Amino acid sequence: MSLNMLGQIAALFGKLSLLAVGGANSTVPEIARITVGEKHWLTASQFSQFYAIANAAPGPNVMIVTMLGAHVAGIAGGLVATAAMVLPAGIAAAIVACQFNKHREARWRHVAQASLLPITAGLVLAAACVLARQSDTGWLTAALTLLTALCTWRTRLHPLWLLGAGALAGILFL
Amino acid sequence: MPPRLTRTQLFTGFFQAGIMGFGGVLPIIRRLMVDEKCWLTQMEFNELFSLCQSLPGANVVNLSFAFGAREAGITGAAAAALGLLCAPVCIVLGLAWLYGQYGALPTVRHALLGLAATAAGLALGSGLRIAVPILTLPRNVLLAVAVYGLAFGLHLSLPLIVLLALPVSLLLAWRAAP
Repeated sequence: MSLNMLGQIAALFGKLSLLAVGGANSTVPEIARITVGEKHWLTASQFSQFYAIANAAPGPNVMIVTMLGAHVAGIAGGLVATAAMVLPAGIAAAIVACQFNKHREARWRHVAQASLLPITAGLVLAAACVLARQSDTGWLTAALTLLTALCTWRTRLHPLWLLGAGALAGILFL
Repeated sequence: MPPRLTRTQLFTGFFQAGIMGFGGVLPIIRRLMVDEKCWLTQMEFNELFSLCQSLPGANVVNLSFAFGAREAGITGAAAAALGLLCAPVCIVLGLAWLYGQYGALPTVRHALLGLAATAAGLALGSGLRIAVPILTLPRNVLLAVAVYGLAFGLHLSLPLIVLLALPVSLLLAWRAAP
């Protein structure tokens, strides 16, 4: 049972690792679709809370995967999920970086980046909308989301201040 | 090329970046590698980071693999990536345990609801930061809107979306490239 679960976690995130176009956030809609919609490992509200906790913790934003793995299968689940998400892409990056050092070729990288950017943009905006739909249950939460988005987009305010204010607003008004 | 780094240096350097990286590791890791330790010049850093961005996966984690591998081979990549990830992973595992224990308490639950709405806003804000500057080109608008619709509206799977959008995007970018 538990081993089967670890296998499922490894298969899911191992596949997503090489599909994380332009960063881990691009995979958020897909992770939500599978873990909440198909496998029912957690509720939509829990998913958005896990994303939030992973963002409030130090470290890169792949930590959402650690949080999910730990929720489903404990410490082993968290470790397996992280390794599965990080290793395939990381190994690919290491190989390319070592090859790239030998013969610098700018054109393919320029093309790759230019072609990935619009896909990344579409996916991260979809990720934001998935998270907003999961967490915005009323006008107050919707207002929190919009206000935070505006601050993040337009100011250089540190995310921890925003998250702290959001949590406080939750305690006081929700 | 500067002298090669040891695995211990790689591990401790990336460990510092991982544990201090609240709300995005990138600025921290740039300051550490370029300003403090002088492992790379700003230009070398930009080049390596843009390489990692044009590959799949979490950008900063990819950076640790790529830089570690260049400096000290396979074990260097392992040292850098483990350094970056071990503290955050332990902290998140602790938070997941706390969530299981106390997540249902009323005060905690309300704080988490507010936190979740705020984090969705963070995602939206950083999404806009990525999207708005590139939406000056019509082909980018078209592709971004199509991908958004496929993912959020039609709930297509990510492999399918990439399979549909990437060839088109590659072709357009290839033809537009100088």
